[in-house]
Amino acid sequence: MTETPRLQLKGMTKIYPSVIANDSIDMTIAPGEIHAVLGENGAGKSTLMKAIYGVVKPDRGQILWNGEVVSIQNPAHARKLGIGMVFQHFSLFETLTVTENIALAMDGYTSMDSLARRIKEVSEEYGLPLDPGRLVHSLSVGLRQRVEIIRCLLQEPTLLIMDEPTSVLTPQAVRKMFETLRRLAAEGCSILYISHKLDEIMELCHSATIIRGGKVTGYAIPADESPASLARMMIGKELPVCSQDKPHIDGVECLGVRNLSKPSSVQFGTDLKEISLSVNGGEILGVAGVSGNGQQELLALLSGEKVVAKNDSIVICGEAVGHLNPDERRNRGMGFVPEERLGRGAVPGMSLSSNAILTAHRHGMVQKGLLKYNKAADFAKKCISDFAVKCGSKDDPITSLSGGNVQKYITGREIQQSPKLLIVSQPTWGVDVGAANIIRQAMIDLRNNGSAVLVVSEELDELFEICDRLIVIAEGCVSASVNVTDTTKEDIGIMMSGMFPGGPAEEDSTAQDASVNEEQHVC
Amino acid sequence: MFVRIEPRQEPSKAMKYMSPLIAAILMLISGLIIFTLLGKDPVEAFHAFFVEPINDMYGIGELFIKASPLMLIGTGLAIGFRASIWNIGAEGQLAIGALFGGYIAIVFNESSGFFILPLMILSGAVGGMAWASIPAFLKTVFNANEILVTLMLNYVAILLLALLVHGPLRDPDGYGFPQSVLFSDSAILPILIDGTRLHFGVFIALAGVVIGWIFLLKSFTGFQMQVAGLAQKAASYAGFEYKKLIWIGLLSGGLTAGIAGCLEIAGPIGQLLPSVSPGYGYAAIIVAFVGRLHPGGIFLSSLLMALLYLGGESGQMNLDLPSAVTGIFQGLLLFYLLAADFLINYRLRFSAPQQEVN
Repeated sequence: MTETPRLQLKGMTKIYPSVIANDSIDMTIAPGEIHAVLGENGAGKSTLMKAIYGVVKPDRGQILWNGEVVSIQNPAHARKLGIGMVFQHFSLFETLTVTENIALAMDGYTSMDSLARRIKEVSEEYGLPLDPGRLVHSLSVGLRQRVEIIRCLLQEPTLLIMDEPTSVLTPQAVRKMFETLRRLAAEGCSILYISHKLDEIMELCHSATIIRGGKVTGYAIPADESPASLARMMIGKELPVCSQDKPHIDGVECLGVRNLSKPSSVQFGTDLKEISLSVNGGEILGVAGVSGNGQQELLALLSGEKVVAKNDSIVICGEAVGHLNPDERRNRGMGFVPEERLGRGAVPGMSLSSNAILTAHRHGMVQKGLLKYNKAADFAKKCISDFAVKCGSKDDPITSLSGGNVQKYITGREIQQSPKLLIVSQPTWGVDVGAANIIRQAMIDLRNNGSAVLVVSEELDELFEICDRLIVIAEGCVSASVNVTDTTKEDIGIMMSGMFPGGPAEEDSTAQDASVNEEQHVC
Repeated sequence: MFVRIEPRQEPSKAMKYMSPLIAAILMLISGLIIFTLLGKDPVEAFHAFFVEPINDMYGIGELFIKASPLMLIGTGLAIGFRASIWNIGAEGQLAIGALFGGYIAIVFNESSGFFILPLMILSGAVGGMAWASIPAFLKTVFNANEILVTLMLNYVAILLLALLVHGPLRDPDGYGFPQSVLFSDSAILPILIDGTRLHFGVFIALAGVVIGWIFLLKSFTGFQMQVAGLAQKAASYAGFEYKKLIWIGLLSGGLTAGIAGCLEIAGPIGQLLPSVSPGYGYAAIIVAFVGRLHPGGIFLSSLLMALLYLGGESGQMNLDLPSAVTGIFQGLLLFYLLAADFLINYRLRFSAPQQEVN
């Protein structure tokens, strides 16, 4: 290759006190190349990107920018060089307009009017139309991501870093974004695309660097590889699959929700509107939807962390429980794994053993008001071995575990109590492939034993893998359920933008603003 | 030179237990520097402050007399503090406890019987809890900040006690002095060791520490309080009733402060005075934190804090030190403890000013 690479990394190393995040990483990106950085969560992808963007300082190694050695001091310096980054988590002010948010990130003075005009121009040019005057809180998650992307594009970057950008998008919106990225690449902008989703990378990227445990384990041309071969490089073994063979169970209803409505208690939250759903024993019901469409609010009501005025709008195992708190609902057979693990599902300052007491105390761990620590220890030990939780011992603080192991432990704690109804939110969010497989298999086994499972997830692949039926949540409304075998990801994707009988887009499509429609009609 | 504060990757666990010790040593060093600046011989001052007060049996008795209310209240407060419920009102709860206990003593001044002392202590406990229930009610119903409410109620309680001692509870034969009648022997705690003033109250305080230890570390409710303090969302996720925990957290402080107030007037004081505490309710906050909110640690730190009280008195008598010296030592101790705790979790990094990137 004679062309000067846009970016070249030589021996990049970043050492944290407890872990080597990046170990002598070499990587080369040509102008106009879409380059994937593929790796499991915790492999060191994000640290590497932060080093390029000037957020962290590498301990060793060189960055060559257009052939010249640079030391990137901070993100402002990176932007000046022409590097833009779209973070996984947005940094937008909800009470400000799109223009105001973007103005905050611009170096130097620009008048608001001309900035708004440029936002409109650039966003339309790249097929990501955006109304500059809209307040951010009224935008869907997909549109918020557009704001972040446009914010980068206005700086006319020659390297764009995108950190797991598709986790908040519907399949259709992903297509749309891919078109934009391809266009940018054709214009000569290099793109670093970080993901753990193999199919996306095979579809979009020209080349890939695969990282495992902080080290490069391979370079690949994704188009020449198979998902299995990429997965081998990424996780070091074959991609595991869950065993399904489902016994036929005629279960009774374990969770019933009837006409549940609740206005959001927080500003910019989602109001729940007339939600009805039902989960029977022996089945897994999946709730698909782009995040921020009322999942959090619904889960808080189902778990009992928030109570409802009408007792019988939530029924667990035949009993109206709308007024009961989570502890009382657990006494009636509920288990719940929230999406926030540390700080909600587990207490950060406590050991694994003590964290067992948090919800499993009803299983003989309390006698006459005093704790039976040995019972909790036995419970924790069983959970650690059954769910292959990697930890020193049951007495270690839960914070010493990796995210995936915390999730295995919390899920294990709930499942080990043999709930009749298990509610799980984002079961494998940020969890490595091996742990994800264990967690999914545990949910399937629980179902096969006759329990009901409700799974809320943003990952359609996951829902299609484990669920029997699916419902879609959009802007606080839920759709009727469909059997997984009778539908496709594309159909569910369309429903995720609110197009279903009784859904927000169906109800009143004229009232929807142009940008939401834009999202719906892309395919 | 720029100083930056950045979080440490792995805060040391050993240091968490060392920091009270480090704080105590730094307090000592600073104290000796202050003595030197005041023109006192530091060795002599050290002796007067920390050795002289406890070099005989009487002194040790005094040490435990002072430590008793501190360890009792410190334990009660720690129960709330563990759940992040900040009861700053022990001083007021103590005054009300003294008032309630003292009222029983005054009512039964003409009679004698074994029932009087238990009734006084019970009454003091009820008084302290009643006072603490005001912020508990306001917090659970109106979400009023308990720090402000408890703090302000201190002034109300102390003035209420003074008002009553100046008025209806004043000894009619007391030549108009603002004090109640001297309590009868049935209302005075028995002395444990002859030649000292050490009274039975020390056992009640020690029992309180043991009960507090069992409650905090062994009971399910204590576990719930810890969860609420460490991660309120986790408490809500588990379905622990936070309002119940608020009541327990505030009432435990009120209970112990009320009993401590009653023990003061039934012990060394022997009557109701307009002021019954040299700031035990505030000092107990420091005791609780220096003791790492653990009853065992609180026991030790209460002895240290009691020594500061005695040393301050001794310093006034022997070295002509101002009475503020006790407060200075208490302040230094808390300051160094907070600083040490901060530096466990954060480090200071000194660096040249960052260059402007061009």
